[in-house]
Amino acid sequence: MAVSIDTVRQVKEVTEQTYKYGFVTDIEADTAPKGLSEDIVRFISAKKEEPEWLLDWRLKAYRHWLNMPEPAWANVTFPPIDYQDAYYYSAPKSSDGPKSLDEVDPELLRTYEKLGIPLREQEALAGVAVDAIFDSVSVATTFKGKLEKQGVIFCSMSEAIREHPELVRKYLGSVVPARDNKHACLNSAVFTDGSFVYLPKGVRCPMELSTYFRINAANTGQFERTLIIADAGSYVSYLEGCTAPMRDEVQLHAAVVELIALDDAEIKYSTVQNWYPGDKDGKGGIYNFVTKRGACRGRNSKISWTQVETGSAITWKYPSCILQGDNSVGEFYSVAITNNMQQADTGTKMIHIGKNTRSRIVSKGISAGRAQQTYRGLVRISAKAENARNHTQCDSLLIGDRCSAHTVPYIESKNRSAIVEHEATTSKISEDQLFYCRQRGLSQEDAVALVVNGFCREVLQQLPMEFAVEAQKLVGISLEGSVG
Amino acid sequence: MGYMLEIKNLHASVDGKAILKGIDLTIGPGEVHAIMGPNGSGKSTLAYVLTGREGYEVTEGQVLYQGRDLLAMSPEERAGEGVFLAFQYPVEIPGVPNTTFLKEALNAQRKHRGETPLDAMEFIKLIRRTIKDLGISDELLKRPVNVGFSGGEKKRNEILQMAILKPTLAVLDETDSGLDIDALKTVADGVNALRTPERSILVITHYQRLLDYIVPDRVHVLAQGRIARSGGKELALELERTGYAAFADAAA
Repeated sequence: MAVSIDTVRQVKEVTEQTYKYGFVTDIEADTAPKGLSEDIVRFISAKKEEPEWLLDWRLKAYRHWLNMPEPAWANVTFPPIDYQDAYYYSAPKSSDGPKSLDEVDPELLRTYEKLGIPLREQEALAGVAVDAIFDSVSVATTFKGKLEKQGVIFCSMSEAIREHPELVRKYLGSVVPARDNKHACLNSAVFTDGSFVYLPKGVRCPMELSTYFRINAANTGQFERTLIIADAGSYVSYLEGCTAPMRDEVQLHAAVVELIALDDAEIKYSTVQNWYPGDKDGKGGIYNFVTKRGACRGRNSKISWTQVETGSAITWKYPSCILQGDNSVGEFYSVAITNNMQQADTGTKMIHIGKNTRSRIVSKGISAGRAQQTYRGLVRISAKAENARNHTQCDSLLIGDRCSAHTVPYIESKNRSAIVEHEATTSKISEDQLFYCRQRGLSQEDAVALVVNGFCREVLQQLPMEFAVEAQKLVGISLEGSVG
Repeated sequence: MGYMLEIKNLHASVDGKAILKGIDLTIGPGEVHAIMGPNGSGKSTLAYVLTGREGYEVTEGQVLYQGRDLLAMSPEERAGEGVFLAFQYPVEIPGVPNTTFLKEALNAQRKHRGETPLDAMEFIKLIRRTIKDLGISDELLKRPVNVGFSGGEKKRNEILQMAILKPTLAVLDETDSGLDIDALKTVADGVNALRTPERSILVITHYQRLLDYIVPDRVHVLAQGRIARSGGKELALELERTGYAAFADAAA
């Protein structure tokens, strides 16, 4: 739906042309040459004027990455990734991108229209090459001032590395080690930017960290690195991504998100992911290989993941919680929609270590077209996790007869006092339901959207209000053309 | 003014099997007609053909609604034009609150008619007024559409939808089945409240009982896919005494 094939091709042509100018190692240049090597890692670190320890950390990750196998257990298929055929720092901007909305793919604009995205944001999202479309700097400053008053640090990862190196050094890689998996390892070596949040003790973040993010999200990179630290007794709700489809040319997205909640702290992390899913025949589209993990380090801490995944050609993603602190709580609420040729292998891990830890998993998978979807979840109760509890509810909805849904729950319990429950259902959207809705005046597409939204309601309710409304519309848009 | 509904020589089949074999029926504005008949005579098929359900194929004949070709319209167009079906088996839609469903439906129909959608406040006012008359609880509005509803609640919910959507032609498909006498009265009161000189109602039923409360202008007996006999409301009473056996024989 989102980016037209033409755009992708055009950009490819532009970038391939650039390659003709040969290998450039000039540190003054804004662009690193194509490909991946130790030099590139050094280049990135030098460009960002990083401290020595971070360069070392990156290089270790890179060297380890070289010999690391790709995760092969996920239920997805794709040709091998050519890591040398990509840019790892400032890929040339498509300067002949659209100059105004008139030049943007009308399909994309129709989607924005349906979502009710304001015009100025549409321009930013569609990548219109006008710098001062709207004053994001002043918006950012306004928010920043408000946050600073409370002592909340909210900045880019680069800025955090410069301004708050002690915090970054203490926590970076402490939840997702560089060697965790091949994709996270690559991210550790070459991440270019991302977001950093620190909440001081006892501070309840005065706003959803979302509106701000949405404005700034348009140019987030391919290897994002996010780190959120909630100190004792603090609370933050963070929303990543936006409901509008984003114009993006790079294929592999390997982000890492780390959350740390100390005593009595709570982090609510919501994601709406709508990257380009490829066309109807499975051509193009983003590979979304993301490692997201939260550590409930403190007593009574809580981490809650909510995700609405409708985009990407391939999704490989398991936002997880490590429940270390006694009485800590982990939650995972997920809606994953795959249509046409999309593939998703997604789920969560709940690792119970502390006493009286509780986790709740609610996963709603919708598969349409020829899409393939797998819920993969691990609930592990360690020997010391007295009275741990987990409840998992895993529902799949099929639309049409050419898609598939799989459920792969792993449960490991080493403590007799634990209670682990797993419920799973698979259903099909019924002709009866659709006719009932149409008899009352709804179009076929609105009927599908309504039934699917009902199916996902429990999860969508977890989203911040303003995004819940958009996410509902997005559900309908993602499934357009899936019935009849 | 012309007819509300004109059915001319209507033939329809399901899975290649002929069910309706030449139905002729006309309903004027403001009239209530009842269609009675034994099981398998084609009553529900007629309801689905009129509302455009997939799989119900019209092989011959014509249906005019307010003089226009009804069969050429999609199910949602028919709904928008004022054709309503109270389902024999109302369908469950998990996770969709009853009010949300009603609001979506009403606003889809308003949009079809070129009217502005009702906002949340206007809609709540409308629905509050309506449920009071129908003896429906607030709680039923919040529950997901028909999920966990008793048989009586489901049928009352259909009448609620009808009262909100205010159709011009309502088809009630065995709305009495599975109702105790109190629920039957409530449902009948709801229907009678909607009787106006502009609105026509087609009541499909197996039993005469409902027609004590919703008194029809005309009664038709459907047997073997055809209207076997038509008459006034007294025909229903006669059927109650004699049963449908005579029609089965006559058509055989």
